Amino acid sequence: MTPETLFYAVAFPVLGIFLGLTYKGIDRRISARMTSRIGPPIRQPFWDVGKLLLKETVVPENAVKWLFNAMPILAFASSMTLLLYIPFGILKAPLEGYGDLIVILYLLTLQSLAMAVGGFSSGSPFSSVGAQREMVLMMSYEMPLAIVIIGFALLYKSFSLTTIASTPVWTMVSPVAALGVVLLFIALLVVTPAELAKLPFDIAEAETEIAEGMLAEYSGRNLALFYLSDAVRGFAMAAIEAVLFIPFTFSYVFGISLNGAMLYIVESLWFLFKVLIIYIAAVTIVRTSFGRFRIEQASRIFWVHVNLIALLGLALVWLGVR
Amino acid sequence: MPKTAYYIPIGPIHPALKEPIRVEAEVEGEKIVRVDVKRGFAHRGIEYMGMKRNAIQTLYLSERICGICSISHPYAFVVTAEKALGIEAPPRAQYIRPIIAELERIHSHILWLGVIAHEMGFDSLLFWTWKGREKVLDLLELLTGNRINYSVYMIGGVRRDLKESHIKAIKDAITYYWKFTEQMKEIILSDPVYKARTRGVAQLSKEMALKLNVVGPVARAAGIRMDIRQDMPYDAYADIDVRAVVPQDIVGEAKGDAYDITMVRIYEIEQSLDIIEYCVDNLPEGKILAIPNYPALLAKIRRTKGEAIGAHEAPRGEVVHYLKFDGRDGPSVWKVIAPSYNNINSWAPLLLGAEVADIPIVVAYIDPCMCCNDRVALLKTPEGKVLGYEYIHKKAVEKTKKIEKEVRG
Repeated sequence: MTPETLFYAVAFPVLGIFLGLTYKGIDRRISARMTSRIGPPIRQPFWDVGKLLLKETVVPENAVKWLFNAMPILAFASSMTLLLYIPFGILKAPLEGYGDLIVILYLLTLQSLAMAVGGFSSGSPFSSVGAQREMVLMMSYEMPLAIVIIGFALLYKSFSLTTIASTPVWTMVSPVAALGVVLLFIALLVVTPAELAKLPFDIAEAETEIAEGMLAEYSGRNLALFYLSDAVRGFAMAAIEAVLFIPFTFSYVFGISLNGAMLYIVESLWFLFKVLIIYIAAVTIVRTSFGRFRIEQASRIFWVHVNLIALLGLALVWLGVR
Repeated sequence: MPKTAYYIPIGPIHPALKEPIRVEAEVEGEKIVRVDVKRGFAHRGIEYMGMKRNAIQTLYLSERICGICSISHPYAFVVTAEKALGIEAPPRAQYIRPIIAELERIHSHILWLGVIAHEMGFDSLLFWTWKGREKVLDLLELLTGNRINYSVYMIGGVRRDLKESHIKAIKDAITYYWKFTEQMKEIILSDPVYKARTRGVAQLSKEMALKLNVVGPVARAAGIRMDIRQDMPYDAYADIDVRAVVPQDIVGEAKGDAYDITMVRIYEIEQSLDIIEYCVDNLPEGKILAIPNYPALLAKIRRTKGEAIGAHEAPRGEVVHYLKFDGRDGPSVWKVIAPSYNNINSWAPLLLGAEVADIPIVVAYIDPCMCCNDRVALLKTPEGKVLGYEYIHKKAVEKTKKIEKEVRG
């Protein structure tokens, strides 16, 4: 491991937390403006985390204590690890040689799983119902997510994100396969709010039904860790989509050749802009314009509609590749 | 309920409930297999307080029964008091009263639409409807001086007259709300998510509704043509042909679910706009109070011995007041029946077999008001002796100690 990689390995998570919380702030602000409210300042998520870290961490009497306390750490660790696999614009991912899209899929799942296990271990009926719902939801949206990854594996003959990021997907597909990739992109955009537990798929945390569900019993430091991992996961999910579907660099789009520090600054900002666009499209706008579905309705949406879109996309990609 | 059962305790403090009540739902997966509704968490003894005051003070106390129906209770009170005392409000007052009452219905129904949207996680709809509701609150502030407790009714009339500028403001608001209700129909009633969450949820058949004695929009959504303004008209309502809004008149059939109740409420806003328009256009000239001198009014109350029962169709259903005057300047007996008292009966049968996700919608669809249900009970011994303060206080202390002991084990 080179010192450069080590530096990235430390810098990426720190940057990831900062960006995740900033994006959360922007999301809240835009959502507020969409509903004729002023909304909180963009730095509000930082204050939220600070407040949670200062508060007492209460563990319920009938909880499985070690499990209850371990799960937030697991969720936080998995989201931090997730960051190390995502190429940040033109910067390479620190762990690029050590994993691929399959690992990313598992890391995304691990966090939801940690929340579900934490919910079950808290001993609260609200958390248990929330955890049950989360499991059902996971079973529903994992299939389209996997199909998207298989689609990319078909195109590139590789699961490596670095390989995928090095060649823009749109430059190497036939028109038929391009249509397939568009369908896969749509499927992934629908999966995003479910993966991030945002409306209309925040069924596992439904505030008015089961009082935040899995998080009902969490407080203080534990809740802060879940909050942070949620923020980071939001950013990471949008970043993955940007890497997969909008891989074009600033210099490529505008035909400007940059070099030195300028290249890194401009390309990083360009990457952040792309991620923000996806974040707003897949999370902010969707969560502001929909009500919450019931769990069986959400399952039907993923199993029937989204799966059909994803499978059709996969079929078109397969035809295009051949 | 045994402690080993897997049950979800909703309330007395829960995000879906804005006031204290407890719903204990035993669940299997997402399905509710047993349910128990426990009420009686709000104790205010407002009727008892009313019986210690004079009638005018009691009238303004009646506004405090409910925060949303803050004109409905005084309306039922003045209707009842006028009946008992033999006073008739001047025609102008009889037309001003429905204007205020219908404006309140508009704000209450829009508020409910926001609440039900919030219960299904549709917060954008909540903000949009509540933004639309501001205009009617501003108008009520202009007409009465207050946004919530208007204090504008009086036994034998109203306390504030409508000026030309007020009438213009009302007409502007009516134009705004005609447009707003059209938008509501388009946005709420045709929204696929709203439909998916409310169709078939909280479904009450006509037979069931009659059996459970539900009132107001809940009964009307089930297809029962029932409205106090239609069945027992009073004031200007007697001049207007008010017809109960039922789904079969709108779409041909009544399913009695949460979607139908939304439809009924939106169309009731339109009906209210019609009533306000009629009242404003046909507002008679003249005085607004039958007995403008309050000491004279109190003296008349002291001289009167009699009782009456009166009702008003509040946004949530019928509000019934009973008053007895017995030589005092206030009522010697004051009894209130609020619509939520009847409507909460429908929770248990509707929740049984429903899903956990439907709990907030079933809870919210009747627009529950716990403080409306608060009543004072007069305890009597078997010998017929009314129990005094000391005895009731002693019993309350004993009960608290017993509960404390149970809680601490």
